[in-house]
Amino acid sequence: MNSDKITKLVLSLGSFILIIVAAGMVYSLVVGSIPAFKTFGFQFIFSNNWDPTSGKENYGALPFIAGTLISSILALLISLPLSFSTSLFLGEYFKGTRVARILSTLVDLLAGIPSIVYGLWGFYVLRPLMIELGIGSQGFGVFTASVILAIMIIPYATSLSNEIISMVPNDLKEAAYSLGATRLEVIQTVTIPNAHSGIIAGYILSFGRALGETMAVTMLIGNSNKVPDSLFGTGNSMASVIANQFGEADGLKLSALIAIGLLLFVITALVNALGKLIIKKMQ
Amino acid sequence: MIQDTIAEIKNPALSIQDLCVYYDQNKAVKNVSVDIKKNTVTAIMGPSGCGKSTLLRALNRMHELYDNIRTEGKVLIHDQNIYDVPAIKLRRQMGMVFQRPNPFPTMSIYENVIAGYKLNGIRLKKGEKDEVVERSLRDVALWDEVKDTLHKKGTFLSGGQQQRLCIARALAFGPEIILMDEPTSALDPIATSKVEDLLVKLKENYTIILVTHNMTQAARISDYSLFMYLGELVEYGKTKNMFTNPIDPRTEQYLTGKFG
Ligand SMILES: Nc1ncnc2c1ncn2[C@@H]1O[C@H](COP(=O)(O)OP(=O)(O)OP(=O)(O)O)[C@@H](O)[C@H]1O
Ligand SMILES: [Mg+2]
Repeated sequence: MNSDKITKLVLSLGSFILIIVAAGMVYSLVVGSIPAFKTFGFQFIFSNNWDPTSGKENYGALPFIAGTLISSILALLISLPLSFSTSLFLGEYFKGTRVARILSTLVDLLAGIPSIVYGLWGFYVLRPLMIELGIGSQGFGVFTASVILAIMIIPYATSLSNEIISMVPNDLKEAAYSLGATRLEVIQTVTIPNAHSGIIAGYILSFGRALGETMAVTMLIGNSNKVPDSLFGTGNSMASVIANQFGEADGLKLSALIAIGLLLFVITALVNALGKLIIKKMQ
Repeated sequence: MIQDTIAEIKNPALSIQDLCVYYDQNKAVKNVSVDIKKNTVTAIMGPSGCGKSTLLRALNRMHELYDNIRTEGKVLIHDQNIYDVPAIKLRRQMGMVFQRPNPFPTMSIYENVIAGYKLNGIRLKKGEKDEVVERSLRDVALWDEVKDTLHKKGTFLSGGQQQRLCIARALAFGPEIILMDEPTSALDPIATSKVEDLLVKLKENYTIILVTHNMTQAARISDYSLFMYLGELVEYGKTKNMFTNPIDPRTEQYLTGKFG
Protein backbone atom coordinates (compact mmCIF):
# COMPACT_ATOMS: atom_id res chain seq x y z
CA MET A 1 0.00 0.00 0.00
CA ASN A 2 1.34 3.43 -0.86
CA SER A 3 1.07 6.44 1.39
CA ASP A 4 -1.75 7.92 -0.68
CA LYS A 5 -3.93 4.93 0.00
CA ILE A 6 -3.07 4.91 3.70
CA THR A 7 -3.97 8.60 4.02
CA LYS A 8 -7.25 7.98 2.27
CA LEU A 9 -8.02 5.05 4.54
CA VAL A 10 -7.24 6.97 7.72
CA LEU A 11 -9.30 9.95 6.60
CA SER A 12 -12.32 7.89 5.60
CA LEU A 13 -12.05 5.96 8.85
CA GLY A 14 -12.20 9.27 10.71
CA SER A 15 -15.30 10.46 8.88
CA PHE A 16 -16.87 7.05 9.31
CA ILE A 17 -16.41 7.20 13.08
CA LEU A 18 -17.92 10.66 13.09
CA ILE A 19 -20.99 9.46 11.24
CA ILE A 20 -21.36 6.49 13.61
CA VAL A 21 -21.14 8.79 16.64
CA ALA A 22 -23.73 11.22 15.27
CA ALA A 23 -26.08 8.43 14.24
CA GLY A 24 -25.59 6.79 17.63
CA MET A 25 -26.52 10.01 19.39
CA VAL A 26 -29.71 10.43 17.42
CA TYR A 27 -30.49 6.76 17.91
CA SER A 28 -30.10 6.88 21.69
CA LEU A 29 -32.14 10.10 21.87
CA VAL A 30 -34.94 8.45 19.95
CA VAL A 31 -34.80 5.22 21.95
CA GLY A 32 -34.60 7.11 25.24
CA SER A 33 -37.62 9.23 24.44
CA ILE A 34 -39.86 6.36 23.34
CA PRO A 35 -41.38 5.73 26.83
CA ALA A 36 -42.39 9.38 27.17
CA PHE A 37 -43.98 9.54 23.73
CA LYS A 38 -45.66 6.15 24.29
CA THR A 39 -47.20 7.35 27.55
CA PHE A 40 -48.24 10.86 26.55
CA GLY A 41 -48.39 10.72 22.77
CA PHE A 42 -48.23 14.05 20.98
CA GLN A 43 -49.86 15.54 24.06
CA PHE A 44 -46.30 15.56 25.38
CA ILE A 45 -45.48 18.50 23.13
CA PHE A 46 -48.66 20.48 23.84
CA SER A 47 -49.27 19.82 27.52
CA ASN A 48 -48.11 22.42 29.99
CA ASN A 49 -48.40 20.21 33.02
CA TRP A 50 -45.04 19.14 34.45
CA ASP A 51 -45.73 17.14 37.55
CA PRO A 52 -43.16 14.66 38.85
CA THR A 53 -45.21 13.64 41.97
CA SER A 54 -45.05 9.84 41.98
CA GLY A 55 -48.38 8.17 41.38
CA LYS A 56 -49.82 10.99 39.26
CA GLU A 57 -46.71 11.63 37.18
CA ASN A 58 -47.37 13.79 34.16
CA TYR A 59 -44.90 15.44 31.83
CA GLY A 60 -45.60 18.07 29.20
CA ALA A 61 -42.87 19.91 27.31
CA LEU A 62 -44.81 23.04 26.41
CA PRO A 63 -43.45 25.26 29.21
CA PHE A 64 -39.89 24.56 28.10
CA ILE A 65 -40.58 24.84 24.40
CA ALA A 66 -42.33 28.15 25.08
CA GLY A 67 -39.52 29.37 27.35
CA THR A 68 -36.86 28.49 24.79
CA LEU A 69 -38.68 30.03 21.84
CA ILE A 70 -39.78 33.18 23.65
CA SER A 71 -36.40 33.90 25.21
CA SER A 72 -34.59 33.23 21.92
CA ILE A 73 -36.93 35.35 19.82
CA LEU A 74 -36.77 38.16 22.35
CA ALA A 75 -32.97 37.86 22.39
CA LEU A 76 -32.93 38.08 18.62
CA LEU A 77 -35.09 41.21 18.66
CA ILE A 78 -32.89 42.86 21.27
CA SER A 79 -29.65 42.00 19.50
CA LEU A 80 -30.86 42.96 16.04
CA PRO A 81 -30.45 46.74 16.10
CA LEU A 82 -27.12 46.47 17.90
CA SER A 83 -25.54 43.87 15.67
CA PHE A 84 -26.99 45.42 12.53
CA SER A 85 -25.54 48.82 13.24
CA THR A 86 -22.25 47.31 14.33
CA SER A 87 -21.96 45.29 11.16
CA LEU A 88 -22.69 48.35 9.01
CA PHE A 89 -20.11 50.27 11.00
CA LEU A 90 -17.52 47.54 10.47
CA GLY A 91 -18.33 46.50 6.93
CA GLU A 92 -19.25 49.83 5.37
CA TYR A 93 -18.58 53.06 7.20
CA PHE A 94 -15.25 52.17 8.75
CA LYS A 95 -14.29 49.29 6.49
CA GLY A 96 -10.57 48.60 6.56
CA THR A 97 -9.78 51.16 9.23
CA ARG A 98 -8.00 50.60 12.50
CA VAL A 99 -11.11 51.35 14.53
CA ALA A 100 -12.95 48.63 12.65
CA ARG A 101 -10.16 46.14 13.22
CA ILE A 102 -10.11 46.83 16.95
CA LEU A 103 -13.89 46.67 17.24
CA SER A 104 -14.13 43.48 15.26
CA THR A 105 -11.48 41.86 17.46
CA LEU A 106 -13.54 42.87 20.48
CA VAL A 107 -16.65 41.39 18.93
CA ASP A 108 -14.81 38.14 18.27
CA LEU A 109 -13.59 38.21 21.84
CA LEU A 110 -17.20 38.37 23.03
CA ALA A 111 -17.88 35.17 21.13
CA GLY A 112 -15.09 33.39 23.01
CA ILE A 113 -16.31 34.13 26.53
CA PRO A 114 -17.60 30.94 28.20
CA SER A 115 -21.32 31.05 28.81
CA ILE A 116 -20.91 30.46 32.54
CA VAL A 117 -19.11 33.80 32.70
CA TYR A 118 -22.02 35.50 30.98
CA GLY A 119 -24.29 33.76 33.48
CA LEU A 120 -22.26 35.02 36.42
CA TRP A 121 -22.22 38.53 35.06
CA GLY A 122 -25.96 38.33 34.48
CA PHE A 123 -26.52 37.05 37.97
CA TYR A 124 -24.44 39.66 39.78
CA VAL A 125 -24.86 42.70 37.53
CA LEU A 126 -27.88 42.35 35.30
CA ARG A 127 -30.23 40.78 37.83
CA PRO A 128 -29.79 43.50 40.45
CA LEU A 129 -30.35 46.04 37.68
CA MET A 130 -33.62 44.33 36.81
CA ILE A 131 -34.70 44.45 40.45
CA GLU A 132 -33.96 48.16 40.51
CA LEU A 133 -36.00 48.63 37.36
CA GLY A 134 -38.83 46.83 39.11
CA ILE A 135 -38.84 43.79 36.86
CA GLY A 136 -39.71 40.94 39.24
CA SER A 137 -38.78 40.91 42.89
CA GLN A 138 -35.83 38.59 42.33
CA GLY A 139 -34.81 39.89 38.93
CA PHE A 140 -35.07 36.42 37.43
CA GLY A 141 -37.17 35.82 34.39
CA VAL A 142 -37.49 35.39 30.68
CA PHE A 143 -36.60 39.01 29.96
CA THR A 144 -33.40 38.90 32.01
CA ALA A 145 -32.36 35.67 30.31
CA SER A 146 -33.14 37.20 26.92
CA VAL A 147 -30.93 40.21 27.56
CA ILE A 148 -27.99 37.93 28.37
CA LEU A 149 -28.78 35.74 25.37
CA ALA A 150 -28.92 38.84 23.18
CA ILE A 151 -25.45 39.89 24.29
CA MET A 152 -24.17 36.38 23.71
CA ILE A 153 -25.44 36.12 20.14
CA ILE A 154 -24.44 39.62 19.02
CA PRO A 155 -20.95 38.47 17.96
CA TYR A 156 -22.34 35.74 15.70
CA ALA A 157 -24.87 37.88 13.93
CA THR A 158 -22.41 40.76 13.71
CA SER A 159 -19.43 38.92 12.32
CA LEU A 160 -21.46 37.07 9.71
CA SER A 161 -23.34 40.15 8.50
CA ASN A 162 -20.16 42.18 8.60
CA GLU A 163 -18.48 39.64 6.38
CA ILE A 164 -21.38 39.64 3.94
CA ILE A 165 -21.66 43.42 3.91
CA SER A 166 -17.98 43.89 3.21
CA MET A 167 -18.26 41.37 0.38
CA VAL A 168 -20.66 43.60 -1.57
CA PRO A 169 -18.56 44.41 -4.64
CA ASN A 170 -16.95 47.80 -4.61
CA ASP A 171 -17.72 48.44 -8.27
CA LEU A 172 -21.44 48.30 -7.51
CA LYS A 173 -21.07 50.89 -4.82
CA GLU A 174 -18.93 53.04 -7.09
CA ALA A 175 -21.57 52.72 -9.81
CA ALA A 176 -24.13 54.07 -7.37
CA TYR A 177 -21.86 56.89 -6.25
CA SER A 178 -21.16 57.77 -9.87
CA LEU A 179 -24.91 58.28 -10.32
CA GLY A 180 -24.89 60.88 -7.58
CA ALA A 181 -25.94 58.75 -4.64
CA THR A 182 -25.10 59.70 -1.08
CA ARG A 183 -23.62 57.19 1.27
CA LEU A 184 -26.95 56.48 2.91
CA GLU A 185 -28.55 55.94 -0.50
CA VAL A 186 -25.76 53.56 -1.46
CA ILE A 187 -26.34 51.59 1.73
CA GLN A 188 -30.09 51.48 1.18
CA THR A 189 -30.16 50.64 -2.49
CA VAL A 190 -26.95 48.71 -3.04
CA THR A 191 -25.33 47.40 0.13
CA ILE A 192 -28.33 46.08 2.01
CA PRO A 193 -30.26 44.64 -0.97
CA ASN A 194 -27.13 42.81 -2.08
CA ALA A 195 -26.35 41.51 1.38
CA HIS A 196 -29.78 40.98 2.82
CA SER A 197 -30.08 37.21 2.48
CA GLY A 198 -26.68 36.80 4.11
CA ILE A 199 -27.69 39.14 6.89
CA ILE A 200 -30.89 37.18 7.44
CA ALA A 201 -28.96 33.91 7.44
CA GLY A 202 -26.66 35.37 10.09
CA TYR A 203 -29.62 36.14 12.30
CA ILE A 204 -31.10 32.70 11.79
CA LEU A 205 -27.82 31.02 12.76
CA SER A 206 -27.48 33.18 15.84
CA PHE A 207 -31.07 32.35 16.71
CA GLY A 208 -30.02 28.70 16.50
CA ARG A 209 -27.30 29.39 19.03
CA ALA A 210 -29.71 31.09 21.38
CA LEU A 211 -32.03 28.08 21.28
CA GLY A 212 -29.43 25.71 22.70
CA GLU A 213 -27.76 28.04 25.16
CA THR A 214 -27.90 26.49 28.64
CA MET A 215 -25.77 27.83 31.47
CA ALA A 216 -26.44 31.53 31.26
CA VAL A 217 -30.14 30.94 30.78
CA THR A 218 -30.49 28.52 33.65
CA MET A 219 -28.87 31.01 36.00
CA LEU A 220 -31.33 33.75 35.09
CA ILE A 221 -34.61 32.46 33.74
CA GLY A 222 -36.04 31.53 37.13
CA ASN A 223 -36.44 27.80 36.45
CA SER A 224 -40.17 27.59 37.09
CA ASN A 225 -41.76 24.82 35.09
CA LYS A 226 -44.62 26.75 33.60
CA VAL A 227 -45.37 28.69 30.47
CA PRO A 228 -44.22 32.22 31.36
CA ASP A 229 -47.15 34.53 32.30
CA SER A 230 -45.46 37.48 30.69
CA LEU A 231 -42.17 38.50 29.13
CA PHE A 232 -41.01 39.55 32.57
CA GLY A 233 -42.30 36.42 34.34
CA THR A 234 -40.18 33.43 35.20
CA GLY A 235 -40.06 30.28 33.11
CA ASN A 236 -37.69 27.60 32.02
CA SER A 237 -36.03 26.54 28.82
CA MET A 238 -35.52 23.17 27.19
CA ALA A 239 -31.77 23.08 27.70
CA SER A 240 -32.08 24.45 31.20
CA VAL A 241 -34.64 21.93 32.48
CA ILE A 242 -32.50 19.09 31.20
CA ALA A 243 -29.40 20.44 32.90
CA ASN A 244 -31.22 21.00 36.17
CA GLN A 245 -33.22 17.84 36.52
CA PHE A 246 -31.12 15.27 34.76
CA GLY A 247 -29.17 14.28 37.86
CA GLU A 248 -32.07 13.01 39.95
CA ALA A 249 -34.24 11.72 37.11
CA ASP A 250 -35.04 8.15 36.24
CA GLY A 251 -37.79 6.17 34.59
CA LEU A 252 -40.48 8.18 32.87
CA LYS A 253 -39.03 11.52 33.93
CA LEU A 254 -35.66 10.66 32.42
CA SER A 255 -37.42 9.65 29.24
CA ALA A 256 -39.34 12.95 29.23
CA LEU A 257 -36.09 14.89 29.58
CA ILE A 258 -34.50 12.91 26.77
CA ALA A 259 -37.58 13.61 24.65
CA ILE A 260 -37.12 17.32 25.29
CA GLY A 261 -33.51 16.91 24.24
CA LEU A 262 -34.66 15.28 21.02
CA LEU A 263 -37.12 18.09 20.34
CA LEU A 264 -34.44 20.70 20.99
CA PHE A 265 -32.12 18.85 18.65
CA VAL A 266 -34.76 18.79 15.91
CA ILE A 267 -35.69 22.48 16.28
CA THR A 268 -32.05 23.59 16.30
CA ALA A 269 -31.18 21.39 13.34
CA LEU A 270 -34.08 22.81 11.33
CA VAL A 271 -33.14 26.38 12.15
CA ASN A 272 -29.49 25.80 11.25
CA ALA A 273 -30.43 24.02 8.06
CA LEU A 274 -32.57 26.99 7.06
CA GLY A 275 -29.72 29.41 7.72
CA LYS A 276 -27.23 27.29 5.77
CA LEU A 277 -29.69 26.90 2.92
CA ILE A 278 -30.06 30.66 2.57
CA ILE A 279 -26.30 31.13 2.57
CA LYS A 280 -25.88 28.39 -0.02
CA LYS A 281 -28.55 29.89 -2.25
CA MET A 282 -26.74 33.21 -2.14
CA GLN A 283 -23.47 31.84 -3.51
CA MET B 1 4.64 68.70 -23.22
CA ILE B 2 3.32 69.41 -26.65
CA GLN B 3 -0.13 70.77 -27.19
CA ASP B 4 -0.58 71.45 -30.84
CA THR B 5 -4.29 72.05 -30.68
CA ILE B 6 -5.02 73.49 -27.27
CA ALA B 7 -5.51 76.93 -28.73
CA GLU B 8 -8.20 75.67 -31.04
CA ILE B 9 -10.49 74.54 -28.27
CA LYS B 10 -12.92 77.28 -27.39
CA ASN B 11 -15.66 76.79 -24.85
CA PRO B 12 -14.25 73.48 -23.67
CA ALA B 13 -16.64 71.00 -22.06
CA LEU B 14 -14.04 70.49 -19.41
CA SER B 15 -10.88 72.35 -18.62
CA ILE B 16 -8.38 70.40 -16.56
CA GLN B 17 -5.78 72.66 -14.98
CA ASP B 18 -2.66 71.48 -13.25
CA LEU B 19 -4.32 68.38 -11.87
CA CYS B 20 -2.35 66.14 -9.52
CA VAL B 21 -3.52 62.98 -7.79
CA TYR B 22 -1.66 61.28 -4.98
CA TYR B 23 -2.12 57.80 -3.56
CA ASP B 24 -0.67 58.43 -0.12
CA GLN B 25 2.77 59.81 -1.09
CA ASN B 26 2.78 58.38 -4.59
CA LYS B 27 2.00 61.01 -7.22
CA ALA B 28 0.09 59.10 -9.88
CA VAL B 29 -1.12 62.04 -11.98
CA LYS B 30 1.39 64.83 -12.41
CA ASN B 31 0.27 68.37 -13.20
CA VAL B 32 -1.98 67.50 -16.10
CA SER B 33 -3.57 70.42 -17.97
CA VAL B 34 -5.86 69.82 -20.88
CA ASP B 35 -9.05 71.19 -22.43
CA ILE B 36 -11.65 68.72 -23.61
CA LYS B 37 -13.70 69.71 -26.63
CA LYS B 38 -17.46 69.46 -26.54
CA ASN B 39 -19.21 66.72 -28.49
CA THR B 40 -16.08 64.78 -29.20
CA VAL B 41 -14.65 61.47 -28.15
CA THR B 42 -11.36 62.08 -26.39
CA ALA B 43 -9.22 59.02 -25.86
CA ILE B 44 -6.79 58.70 -22.96
CA MET B 45 -4.00 56.32 -23.91
CA GLY B 46 -0.82 55.09 -22.35
CA PRO B 47 0.88 52.02 -20.94
CA SER B 48 -0.56 50.20 -17.95
CA GLY B 49 -0.09 52.05 -14.69
CA CYS B 50 0.51 55.44 -16.31
CA GLY B 51 -2.43 57.01 -14.49
CA LYS B 52 -5.27 56.90 -17.04
CA SER B 53 -7.89 55.60 -14.64
CA THR B 54 -6.62 57.84 -11.91
CA LEU B 55 -7.02 60.91 -14.12
CA LEU B 56 -10.49 59.86 -15.26
CA ARG B 57 -11.72 59.17 -11.75
CA ALA B 58 -10.54 62.57 -10.58
CA LEU B 59 -13.04 64.15 -12.97
CA ASN B 60 -16.12 62.97 -11.11
CA ARG B 61 -14.39 63.09 -7.74
CA MET B 62 -14.48 59.34 -7.25
CA HIS B 63 -11.22 59.59 -5.31
CA GLU B 64 -13.03 61.27 -2.46
CA LEU B 65 -14.51 57.93 -1.48
CA TYR B 66 -11.07 56.86 -0.31
CA ASP B 67 -9.15 58.43 2.51
CA ASN B 68 -5.69 57.75 1.11
CA ILE B 69 -6.20 59.62 -2.14
CA ARG B 70 -5.59 63.36 -2.51
CA THR B 71 -6.28 65.59 -5.47
CA GLU B 72 -4.84 69.01 -6.32
CA GLY B 73 -5.54 71.44 -9.12
CA LYS B 74 -8.67 72.57 -10.88
CA VAL B 75 -11.18 71.15 -13.27
CA LEU B 76 -13.57 73.67 -14.76
CA ILE B 77 -16.95 72.81 -16.12
CA HIS B 78 -18.91 75.86 -17.34
CA ASP B 79 -16.16 77.99 -15.75
CA GLN B 80 -16.92 76.51 -12.36
CA ASN B 81 -14.41 74.41 -10.46
CA ILE B 82 -15.80 70.92 -9.87
CA TYR B 83 -14.35 71.02 -6.40
CA ASP B 84 -16.62 73.96 -5.57
CA VAL B 85 -19.90 72.20 -6.29
CA PRO B 86 -21.33 69.38 -4.21
CA ALA B 87 -19.95 66.02 -5.40
CA ILE B 88 -23.46 64.66 -5.74
CA LYS B 89 -24.51 67.41 -8.13
CA LEU B 90 -21.31 67.05 -10.11
CA ARG B 91 -21.72 63.32 -10.51
CA ARG B 92 -25.14 63.82 -12.03
CA GLN B 93 -23.50 65.90 -14.76
CA MET B 94 -20.94 63.20 -15.42
CA GLY B 95 -21.95 59.66 -16.20
CA MET B 96 -19.38 56.95 -15.61
CA VAL B 97 -19.01 53.57 -17.27
CA PHE B 98 -16.67 51.07 -15.73
CA GLN B 99 -14.30 48.51 -17.14
CA ARG B 100 -16.34 45.53 -16.00
CA PRO B 101 -20.10 45.71 -16.69
CA ASN B 102 -21.70 46.27 -13.30
CA PRO B 103 -25.49 46.39 -13.48
CA PHE B 104 -27.08 46.28 -10.04
CA PRO B 105 -27.77 42.56 -9.53
CA THR B 106 -30.77 43.10 -7.30
CA MET B 107 -32.53 45.28 -9.86
CA SER B 108 -34.33 44.52 -13.12
CA ILE B 109 -33.22 45.96 -16.44
CA TYR B 110 -35.89 48.63 -16.08
CA GLU B 111 -34.85 49.55 -12.55
CA ASN B 112 -31.20 49.63 -13.55
CA VAL B 113 -31.87 52.25 -16.19
CA ILE B 114 -33.72 54.53 -13.81
CA ALA B 115 -31.42 53.76 -10.87
CA GLY B 116 -30.03 57.29 -11.05
CA TYR B 117 -33.45 58.74 -10.30
CA LYS B 118 -34.14 56.24 -7.57
CA LEU B 119 -30.76 56.82 -5.94
CA ASN B 120 -31.30 60.55 -5.94
CA GLY B 121 -34.74 60.22 -4.47
CA ILE B 122 -36.42 61.70 -7.53
CA ARG B 123 -39.94 60.35 -7.98
CA LEU B 124 -41.15 59.99 -11.53
CA LYS B 125 -44.62 59.12 -12.73
CA LYS B 126 -44.97 55.71 -14.34
CA GLY B 127 -45.29 57.27 -17.79
CA GLU B 128 -42.18 59.40 -17.34
CA LYS B 129 -40.22 56.41 -16.15
CA ASP B 130 -41.28 54.35 -19.14
CA GLU B 131 -40.20 57.19 -21.38
CA VAL B 132 -36.76 57.56 -19.79
CA VAL B 133 -36.20 53.81 -19.93
CA GLU B 134 -37.20 53.50 -23.55
CA ARG B 135 -35.23 56.55 -24.68
CA SER B 136 -32.07 55.48 -22.83
CA LEU B 137 -32.26 51.91 -24.05
CA ARG B 138 -32.85 53.11 -27.61
CA ASP B 139 -29.84 55.40 -27.27
CA VAL B 140 -27.65 52.39 -26.60
CA ALA B 141 -29.39 50.23 -29.23
CA LEU B 142 -30.53 47.77 -26.61
CA TRP B 143 -34.26 48.46 -26.68
CA ASP B 144 -35.17 45.92 -29.34
CA GLU B 145 -33.21 43.21 -27.59
CA VAL B 146 -34.70 43.68 -24.14
CA LYS B 147 -38.09 45.35 -24.56
CA ASP B 148 -39.90 42.12 -23.69
CA THR B 149 -37.76 41.28 -20.68
CA LEU B 150 -37.52 44.67 -19.01
CA HIS B 151 -38.48 43.26 -15.66
CA LYS B 152 -35.92 40.50 -15.64
CA LYS B 153 -32.66 40.94 -13.78
CA GLY B 154 -30.01 42.84 -15.70
CA THR B 155 -27.43 40.26 -14.77
CA PHE B 156 -29.06 37.72 -17.12
CA LEU B 157 -27.89 39.69 -20.14
CA SER B 158 -24.72 38.93 -22.07
CA GLY B 159 -21.59 40.87 -21.19
CA GLY B 160 -21.98 43.24 -24.12
CA GLN B 161 -25.65 43.81 -23.37
CA GLN B 162 -24.82 44.43 -19.72
CA GLN B 163 -22.26 47.02 -20.71
CA ARG B 164 -24.76 48.78 -22.96
CA LEU B 165 -27.23 48.65 -20.08
CA CYS B 166 -24.64 50.35 -17.89
CA ILE B 167 -24.16 53.01 -20.54
CA ALA B 168 -27.95 53.48 -20.67
CA ARG B 169 -27.93 53.82 -16.90
CA ALA B 170 -25.28 56.51 -17.16
CA LEU B 171 -27.23 58.30 -19.92
CA ALA B 172 -30.65 58.15 -18.29
CA PHE B 173 -29.97 61.02 -15.97
CA GLY B 174 -28.96 63.29 -18.83
CA PRO B 175 -25.29 63.94 -18.08
CA GLU B 176 -23.20 66.25 -20.22
CA ILE B 177 -20.05 64.23 -20.05
CA ILE B 178 -19.57 60.49 -20.05
CA LEU B 179 -16.43 59.05 -18.50
CA MET B 180 -15.52 55.59 -19.66
CA ASP B 181 -12.73 53.41 -18.33
CA GLU B 182 -11.87 50.73 -20.88
CA PRO B 183 -15.55 49.99 -21.42
CA THR B 184 -14.91 47.32 -24.05
CA SER B 185 -12.00 45.45 -22.53
CA ALA B 186 -14.29 42.76 -21.11
CA LEU B 187 -16.25 42.36 -24.35
CA ASP B 188 -15.88 40.20 -27.44
CA PRO B 189 -15.17 41.83 -30.84
CA ILE B 190 -18.81 41.99 -31.91
CA ALA B 191 -20.00 43.54 -28.68
CA THR B 192 -17.00 45.88 -28.82
CA SER B 193 -17.87 47.13 -32.26
CA LYS B 194 -21.47 47.73 -31.16
CA VAL B 195 -20.30 49.83 -28.25
CA GLU B 196 -17.86 51.69 -30.50
CA ASP B 197 -20.59 52.52 -33.01
CA LEU B 198 -22.67 53.68 -30.12
CA LEU B 199 -19.99 56.06 -28.86
CA VAL B 200 -19.64 57.67 -32.26
CA LYS B 201 -23.39 58.22 -32.32
CA LEU B 202 -23.54 59.44 -28.71
CA LYS B 203 -21.03 62.22 -29.21
CA GLU B 204 -23.69 64.21 -31.04
CA ASN B 205 -25.27 64.83 -27.66
CA TYR B 206 -22.56 64.11 -25.16
CA THR B 207 -18.89 64.67 -24.59
CA ILE B 208 -17.10 61.39 -24.13
CA ILE B 209 -13.80 60.77 -22.40
CA LEU B 210 -12.60 57.28 -23.04
CA VAL B 211 -9.71 55.47 -21.42
CA THR B 212 -8.48 52.78 -23.73
CA HIS B 213 -5.65 50.35 -24.05
CA ASN B 214 -6.57 49.62 -27.56
CA MET B 215 -4.81 51.88 -30.06
CA THR B 216 -6.88 50.83 -33.02
CA GLN B 217 -9.98 51.65 -31.02
CA ALA B 218 -8.65 55.10 -30.24
CA ALA B 219 -7.78 55.57 -33.90
CA ARG B 220 -11.20 54.39 -35.04
CA ILE B 221 -13.48 56.40 -32.83
CA SER B 222 -11.70 59.22 -31.07
CA ASP B 223 -11.38 62.78 -32.29
CA TYR B 224 -8.74 63.82 -29.81
CA SER B 225 -6.14 61.74 -28.08
CA LEU B 226 -4.17 62.24 -24.98
CA PHE B 227 -1.06 60.20 -24.36
CA MET B 228 0.13 59.71 -20.79
CA TYR B 229 3.33 58.23 -19.51
CA LEU B 230 4.32 57.72 -15.85
CA GLY B 231 1.61 60.08 -14.67
CA GLU B 232 2.49 62.88 -17.06
CA LEU B 233 0.59 64.14 -20.04
CA VAL B 234 3.05 63.63 -22.86
CA GLU B 235 1.09 64.62 -25.90
CA TYR B 236 -2.37 65.86 -26.70
CA GLY B 237 -3.91 66.58 -30.03
CA LYS B 238 -6.17 65.53 -32.84
CA THR B 239 -6.11 61.76 -33.06
CA LYS B 240 -5.38 61.85 -36.77
CA ASN B 241 -2.31 63.99 -36.26
CA MET B 242 -1.06 62.03 -33.32
CA PHE B 243 -1.30 58.70 -35.07
CA THR B 244 0.25 59.85 -38.32
CA ASN B 245 2.77 62.23 -36.96
CA PRO B 246 3.48 61.90 -33.25
CA ILE B 247 5.66 64.65 -31.92
CA ASP B 248 7.10 63.19 -28.74
CA PRO B 249 9.40 60.17 -29.16
CA ARG B 250 7.62 58.39 -26.28
CA THR B 251 4.30 58.67 -28.08
CA GLU B 252 5.84 57.26 -31.19
CA GLN B 253 7.38 54.40 -29.24
CA TYR B 254 4.03 53.58 -27.68
CA LEU B 255 2.14 53.77 -30.96
CA THR B 256 4.64 51.51 -32.64
CA GLY B 257 4.31 48.99 -29.84
CA LYS B 258 7.67 49.54 -28.19
CA PHE B 259 6.01 49.53 -24.76
CA GLY B 260 2.58 49.21 -23.28
N1 LIG C 1 -6.02 52.37 -5.10
C1 LIG C 1 -4.72 52.63 -5.31
N2 LIG C 1 -3.88 52.76 -4.26
C2 LIG C 1 -2.57 53.04 -4.46
N3 LIG C 1 -2.01 53.21 -5.64
C3 LIG C 1 -2.78 53.10 -6.73
C4 LIG C 1 -4.18 52.79 -6.62
N4 LIG C 1 -4.70 52.75 -7.86
C5 LIG C 1 -3.69 52.99 -8.70
N5 LIG C 1 -2.53 53.21 -8.05
C6 LIG C 1 -1.23 53.52 -8.66
O1 LIG C 1 -1.36 54.67 -9.44
C7 LIG C 1 -0.72 54.51 -10.69
C8 LIG C 1 -1.69 54.75 -11.81
O2 LIG C 1 -2.69 53.77 -11.77
P1 LIG C 1 -3.92 53.76 -12.75
O3 LIG C 1 -4.85 52.72 -12.29
O4 LIG C 1 -4.44 55.12 -12.91
O5 LIG C 1 -3.22 53.28 -14.11
P2 LIG C 1 -3.88 53.01 -15.52
O6 LIG C 1 -3.17 53.87 -16.47
O7 LIG C 1 -5.35 53.13 -15.44
O8 LIG C 1 -3.45 51.51 -15.75
P3 LIG C 1 -4.25 50.33 -16.46
O9 LIG C 1 -4.08 50.56 -17.92
O10 LIG C 1 -3.51 49.11 -16.03
O11 LIG C 1 -5.65 50.38 -16.01
C9 LIG C 1 -0.11 53.13 -10.69
O12 LIG C 1 1.25 53.25 -10.41
C10 LIG C 1 -0.81 52.41 -9.58
O13 LIG C 1 0.07 51.55 -8.93
MG1 LIG D 1 -6.97 51.69 -15.49
